[in-house]
Amino acid sequence: MRKKIIEFRNVSFRYGDEQPWVLRNVSFDVYEKEWLAIIGHNGSGKSTIAKLMNGLLFPQEGEIIIDGQQVNDESIWSIRRDVGMVFQNPDNQFVGTTVQDDVAFGMENRGIPREEMIKRINETLSAVGMQEYHMTEPHRLSGGQKQRVAIASVLAISPKVLILDEATAMLDPKGRTEIMSTVSEVQDKNDLSLITITHDLHEVVQAERVIVMNNGEIWDEAVPREIFAKKDELRKIGLDVPFVTILADELNAAGINIEREPLNQEELLEGLWTLHSRT
Amino acid sequence: MDITFKNVTYIYQRNTPFAHKAIEDLSFHIPSGSFVAIIGHTGSGKSTLIQHLNGMVIPSEGEVTVGDFHLTQGKKPESMKELRSKVGVVFQYPEHQLFEETVGKDIAFGPENFGVPEDEIKRRIQEIIPAVGLPEELLERSPFDLSGGQMRRVAIAGVLAVKPDVLVLDEPTAGLDPRGQKDIMDMFYNLHKEQGLTTVLVTHSMEDAVKYADHVIIMNKGTKYMEGKPEEVFIQKDALNKVQLDVPEMVQFLNLFEAKFGKPIPFERQSIKEIAQSIQGIVKGAAPHE
Ligand SMILES: Nc1ncnc2c1ncn2[C@@H]1O[C@H](COP(=O)(O)OP(=O)(O)OP(=O)(O)O)[C@@H](O)[C@H]1O
Ligand SMILES: Nc1ncnc2c1ncn2[C@@H]1O[C@H](COP(=O)(O)OP(=O)(O)O)[C@@H](O)[C@H]1O
Ligand SMILES: [Mg+2]
Ligand SMILES: [Mg+2]
Repeated sequence: MRKKIIEFRNVSFRYGDEQPWVLRNVSFDVYEKEWLAIIGHNGSGKSTIAKLMNGLLFPQEGEIIIDGQQVNDESIWSIRRDVGMVFQNPDNQFVGTTVQDDVAFGMENRGIPREEMIKRINETLSAVGMQEYHMTEPHRLSGGQKQRVAIASVLAISPKVLILDEATAMLDPKGRTEIMSTVSEVQDKNDLSLITITHDLHEVVQAERVIVMNNGEIWDEAVPREIFAKKDELRKIGLDVPFVTILADELNAAGINIEREPLNQEELLEGLWTLHSRT
Repeated sequence: MDITFKNVTYIYQRNTPFAHKAIEDLSFHIPSGSFVAIIGHTGSGKSTLIQHLNGMVIPSEGEVTVGDFHLTQGKKPESMKELRSKVGVVFQYPEHQLFEETVGKDIAFGPENFGVPEDEIKRRIQEIIPAVGLPEELLERSPFDLSGGQMRRVAIAGVLAVKPDVLVLDEPTAGLDPRGQKDIMDMFYNLHKEQGLTTVLVTHSMEDAVKYADHVIIMNKGTKYMEGKPEEVFIQKDALNKVQLDVPEMVQFLNLFEAKFGKPIPFERQSIKEIAQSIQGIVKGAAPHE
């Protein structure tokens, strides 16, 4: 059996005593080396889950265990070493005066030797295509450039768990694909657990497992193919399915039944070809 | 309002060692009433371009004209406030646009500033809140205690409350859930049609550009790379690939389909249903008996 790296056990959370519960009795596990996507409508509780994972917030009820340790005041420092996170708005996390200082910052905090730091700054900035901006002040970058740098900063500390909270939302589609393949290479190489919070359906398709949040509760937890099979229900809770799923649906209505629910264009074309050769 | 860029160059931190040319010699014309999509890789100058439209930045060289307002170096329009009441901009980062104590006050700020009477503001808020998909109970909350997608909806509501003639949207659906993306874009489109707005949309979604825009401008490294109708621009795969972009997913699929089945289905901004019917014709068409 795969090792659990994160466990949420009956977690409930609200931002204040007078405020409504934003997470209700949430339980799930994240395994070592897996890619988990979390999706859900705006305000469903995704970012709150992310902040609970690295001890920026603490639950009022239930417990959270990361790599065997319960998240609490004492453990957060060692937990934050292992859990790297990129926030929804990268402006909230720039600390350095230049791009390169910013990437260095997290490593300094972890006592990484200077030689190694320089090497990693170069590696990670090149990996996200921002090498030529290493001396630029972060607030002078465009939205997508900021997101690239934020991702480089977190890759540089080589965490065990990487949480990307809509970290590529401002990138152009090509850039998004490139960055996600960089991240997934790093994941394979360093045996990382990757948690992506996203509204991008293409990104969801690539994950191994998906958790769907609705109104502070887990609505479903399954592989992408199973999730997207629930088209109408997903739409009811503010979500949608990818283009191929919609096309397969329309084909179905037009009398063409693809046997296996396609997840991408290649699978759909294969399905069509099989039908075509049979006729 | 007509919008014209004439040989516009914009340089950040001009006359310093850090001078950075974000836009170079850019010219185009947007007739009043159009819906234009601006597309380009990150850093291609899109946000810099649109900041000219309400005078947030003044061209370093060249001239920008929005309706009767002219913006050139050393000659800002006297009535900047009037320009800003006519050109509403939803910025890329909604957080930067929010600053009041409560969501309600935040949305009211713009119209108050432009002298809209209080009861009229109340009426507008009642209308806008459901249109942007915000639950009413959020009106009393601090805008900083909201989720990312909720903040964006508040920022959009604040701009709509001013009732501008020109609507400028910088990646307005980033951070919205899929239904929110569709609902908000449909809402912008309806407003555009009903009120005869001029709309400038910066987007990474080729799908949205195809669906809503009547004209597309493709930016690359601070210059205009291509311009035209969506159905003309979005079939040019090689040209788009050269500048970090791609054709819409539907066009990608039609290309792959043609490669596999040897039969083209031309892209005419048709619906997915229509595409399914064309495919049905080809896949089942060869059936010897049916
Ligand atoms: N600092 C805060 N104080 C009070 N309430 C908050 C705060 N941050 C978030 N909330 C509320 O908690 C709920 C969950 O927010 P969260 O940020 O986790 O949503 P999300 O799923 O990440 O949404 P999005 O897709 O819009 O980013 C929302 O109703 C939001 O308004
Ligand atoms: N405030 C600023 N100071 C200096 N350079 C900037 C500033 N804002 C953006 N830039 C630079 O100008 C270029 C264009 O940026 P921007 O217009 O934000 O691009 P886009 O919106 O297309 O992603 C980028 O190279 C970016 O780094
Ligand atoms: Mg969030
Ligand atoms: Mg931008």
